[in-house]
Amino acid sequence: MASIANDLPVASTHPRWLIPAALLAIAYLVIPFVGTSYLFEAILLPFLALSLAGVGLNLLTGYAGQVSLGSAAFMAVGAFAAYNFNLRVEGLPLVASIVAAGLSAAAIGIVFGLPSLRLKGFYLAVSTLAAQFFVQWALTKFGWFSNNSASGVIDAPPLGVAGIGFDSAAGRYLFALTVVTVLTFLALRLVSSQTGRNFIAVRDNDTAARIIGVPVLRTKLLAFAISSFIIGIAGVLWAFAYLRTVEPAGFNLDRSFQVLFIIIIGGLASIRGAFFGAALIVVFPLVLSRLGAFFLGDIFDSGVRDMSQRIVLGGLIILFLVLEPDGLVALWDRSVRRLGSVFGRS
Amino acid sequence: MHAMTYALEGLGTAPIPPAVQHRPDLAVKAAPPVRAGESPDAQLKLDGVSLSFGGVTALDNVDLAVSRGEIRAIIGPNGAGKSSLINVISGVYRPDRGRVLIGGDSYAQVPTDRLARLGIVRTFQNLALFKGLSVLDNVVAGRAYTVRSTFLGQIARIGTARREEADARERARRILAFLNLEDVADRLAGTLPYGLQKRVELARALVAEPDVLLLDEPMAGMTATEKKEMAGFVRATRGAHGTTVVLIEHDIGVVMELSDRIAVLDYGRKIADGTPEEVRTDQKVIDAYLGVVPENEDGAGI
Repeated sequence: MASIANDLPVASTHPRWLIPAALLAIAYLVIPFVGTSYLFEAILLPFLALSLAGVGLNLLTGYAGQVSLGSAAFMAVGAFAAYNFNLRVEGLPLVASIVAAGLSAAAIGIVFGLPSLRLKGFYLAVSTLAAQFFVQWALTKFGWFSNNSASGVIDAPPLGVAGIGFDSAAGRYLFALTVVTVLTFLALRLVSSQTGRNFIAVRDNDTAARIIGVPVLRTKLLAFAISSFIIGIAGVLWAFAYLRTVEPAGFNLDRSFQVLFIIIIGGLASIRGAFFGAALIVVFPLVLSRLGAFFLGDIFDSGVRDMSQRIVLGGLIILFLVLEPDGLVALWDRSVRRLGSVFGRS
Repeated sequence: MHAMTYALEGLGTAPIPPAVQHRPDLAVKAAPPVRAGESPDAQLKLDGVSLSFGGVTALDNVDLAVSRGEIRAIIGPNGAGKSSLINVISGVYRPDRGRVLIGGDSYAQVPTDRLARLGIVRTFQNLALFKGLSVLDNVVAGRAYTVRSTFLGQIARIGTARREEADARERARRILAFLNLEDVADRLAGTLPYGLQKRVELARALVAEPDVLLLDEPMAGMTATEKKEMAGFVRATRGAHGTTVVLIEHDIGVVMELSDRIAVLDYGRKIADGTPEEVRTDQKVIDAYLGVVPENEDGAGI
């Protein structure tokens, strides 16, 4: 019954673009002037990078139904490719090396998407682990990728577009915000197009999809390519705008799981869901450590904090899978609707 | 006639409505212009098709010729191979022997991914809708085989992509209006009641504007009213577009009324093929049904 109520259109008095436009206006016109560098460095930059990775994975897993545990690998490909394009191609603008990095990640994504032509669900998820381990191994093994840096850790180049530098905290925030906004807009257009319908058709019933003429194999590979493209660029933001360093160890299996949790908690097959999930994943550890320190004082050291983070996060994921498989987005929409009907009556 | 009535009396109900039994025009209407197997313009033909799963024979040397524009029913007891036949025609199964002829082309296995382009669409016995898409989007998806634009054009919403999208939506809206589904166009398909989902699946098939429509139990689990509506839609589709219809259905009353010709399968073999009147009085058909369901109270399985 709830699911029927869910998909009834929300009785809204404002056009659909109003809320995103308002949020963007605040993000561009207010936050850069009032935000502290702590807000940018610790919250907004990781939030933006992880949101974008969530958008990318959601296209693949939420919409096209292909479970992947290789997100961090594609982030790593993006980050290292952007670094190398920037380093080795003389005079290449930053934007061009970011696009080239996305294309590199897409190519790797297609290669590791090939098993999806034969494997489904759990088996496919396990095969995407190959991407995770292979990419990390290759980046560590061959020094060329990190320009033969002894530690394997490399510094990101300065961010600049058309001579304007974006290296302050607020500048990096604006840079990441713009990249995320553009790609999210394109992703929204994609999911409401025929290709987006093909993704969902392949996810919901691949036999029926094939029979009505959806090119199933091509659609799966396209989902891997587009998803990896976006995740690759998320990797560039993670490395260039957030951490300012690039190292393979930062893109390990934990990061892949983190992106997967973001879309499960936020809401599968929802572009907005990736932002909800990323917000929770980024803000939740900060809140937890503040609360822990406040209530428990010295007992709540970093070891306890890490452990309690994992426990609470694990519990949250189980709760969401059981109680709200549609994620924070569904929760949010329901609350808004209830509020709306309360105000409507009064 | 008398014998068949006797056979069906064992079911405890009267599956053939009196209205159908006493229609003198039935035999006339049902007579196809050309006899099965000799038809020069057979649109769809099965030639000695055999299929087995391990040791179980699903289809045994089945021949079938479906003429352009006819409504052809395939009936038979449970497990007779009816769904296997549809699955062979739509390329889901590859037959062990025999060929499938579509238009002028002969196939050992029908290419499923080109099926819609060959002018054949099908529905499924168990619903095969895309539950995460709205009713409208499900029907629009039925135009997938016509799409030429790339995802880049679709994101930019320019040129071919834009025209295709507008065209597909327009056609889907027309089909929804035809099937009285306009009110639920924006609902998620998975949230509709069963009977409506069946109808949405028909809409998704029809929007492809097929030459041949394969319906695998389109009325299973429906109420009498819904069945009557569905039969009306099938008839109207054939009337409007001359669509050839091959359908599997258990409700003998509906089948007798709707079909031009009926093929009867039993244990994977075709035991009868003819007009409803011929099939009704065929001794082999009566035996097949009598032998399988002497105690079946509600007629399920026929």
